[in-house]
Amino acid sequence: MIPRYQTVLFFLLLAASILMGTILWQLRNREHQHLLQGEQSTPTQAPQVAPAEQATLMVANDADDSLVTRALSLPLPQSPNARARAILDKLLDLYATADASHPVPGGASPTSPIDQVFLLPVRTAGIAARRAAGKNPQSESELAVVNLAGAFAANHPSGIETESLTVLSICATLHANFPRITEVHFLVDGQQRETLAGHADLTRTYLTSDVAVTRGAQP
Amino acid sequence: MQAPPAPTSRFVVVLDAAHGGDDSGGHSGSWNEKSVTLALSVRLRSLLEARGIAVVTTRESDTTVASEQRIEIADHANAQACLSLHASLSGSGIHLFASSLAPTEPAHFEPWRTAQSASITRSLALAGVLNSALLHAGMAVTLGRMALPVVDSLTCPALAVEVSPDRTSGESPVDSLNDPGYQAHLADALAAALLEWQAEEGHLGAGPS
Ligand SMILES: [Zn+2]
Repeated sequence: MIPRYQTVLFFLLLAASILMGTILWQLRNREHQHLLQGEQSTPTQAPQVAPAEQATLMVANDADDSLVTRALSLPLPQSPNARARAILDKLLDLYATADASHPVPGGASPTSPIDQVFLLPVRTAGIAARRAAGKNPQSESELAVVNLAGAFAANHPSGIETESLTVLSICATLHANFPRITEVHFLVDGQQRETLAGHADLTRTYLTSDVAVTRGAQP
Repeated sequence: MQAPPAPTSRFVVVLDAAHGGDDSGGHSGSWNEKSVTLALSVRLRSLLEARGIAVVTTRESDTTVASEQRIEIADHANAQACLSLHASLSGSGIHLFASSLAPTEPAHFEPWRTAQSASITRSLALAGVLNSALLHAGMAVTLGRMALPVVDSLTCPALAVEVSPDRTSGESPVDSLNDPGYQAHLADALAAALLEWQAEEGHLGAGPS
């Protein structure tokens, strides 16, 4: 004969199992609905046009060998590398227009004048010193590696002024939009090259702080 | 700053006609930068020599001269002024460039590429004299500073002088740069500037150091 208390316990456990099963079923359904709603709110394709944002171009002017600040809004991707490239593409597109203040026909090539831009942390010898000084041991400044398309360099006019203005306007534009960029190095088709078009030295790393010296205070 | 060079009785100018031989510099059709720089160097040399100034040139014909060779020739001359001559179809007027090196250059770059930092103060003073003389001659001038592969390595007061077309002449860029009148006008103004620089250097040399 089964004791009465065991019968009561059996039915209690049965009721608890049914209750837990029902709760789990409801939770699962709620989660599934939530997921479906999430999928609906996320587009299946990336938007064709990124939202327009403010950018600053430092536009070269051959007439007085200067850089002129120009603010404009243009669609920019989120990744810093792609963003930097999009801004520089816009700058070099300006140089390819018929009435450009700094004409560089190379910017008119059907493909982008810039192959890639990479932003890397600057390797500083002072990491230990920064840590000792209680600062973030990671370097705060960045090096931009600008990989120019071969066609852009091949079509660039030759001359000290024209070549240096292209180099300096790229450096100044990067620094204006990414203040952490303090150094810029150039490649052409992924290779190091002696000069842009016979004059501007591309073997060196340019310091964005130099641009203020070279185009701010004149001798 | 380093001590000024020992006073010499000779005032020497180095003229570096940039490019040459295999290196045409800028080119478009039959136009070559190397020919314009050589023509300007030859013209300026004869003007300076006629005024009793000793001139050392890095080339006298269409020959290839390596950057290291140009630097060696200029340093050996112990000159009071070194002008690296360029020409460009871009821009307008005359562009004067001094090195972008600071008077005391931190160890960012290799020492042999920064010899000019010891002389940059005098180079900027030379740029001022050339700028005034060219403006006085009615020419359009821009001043700039830039990393300059040959000039950065020179120990003398040094500038790059880039000739661009005279946009007021109505000539095509190539015709303007090939115009003997334009070249002569520029050479006259540069010669006048270097005579004034000679006077200034002589004055400085006579003062207490
Ligand atoms: Zn040149």
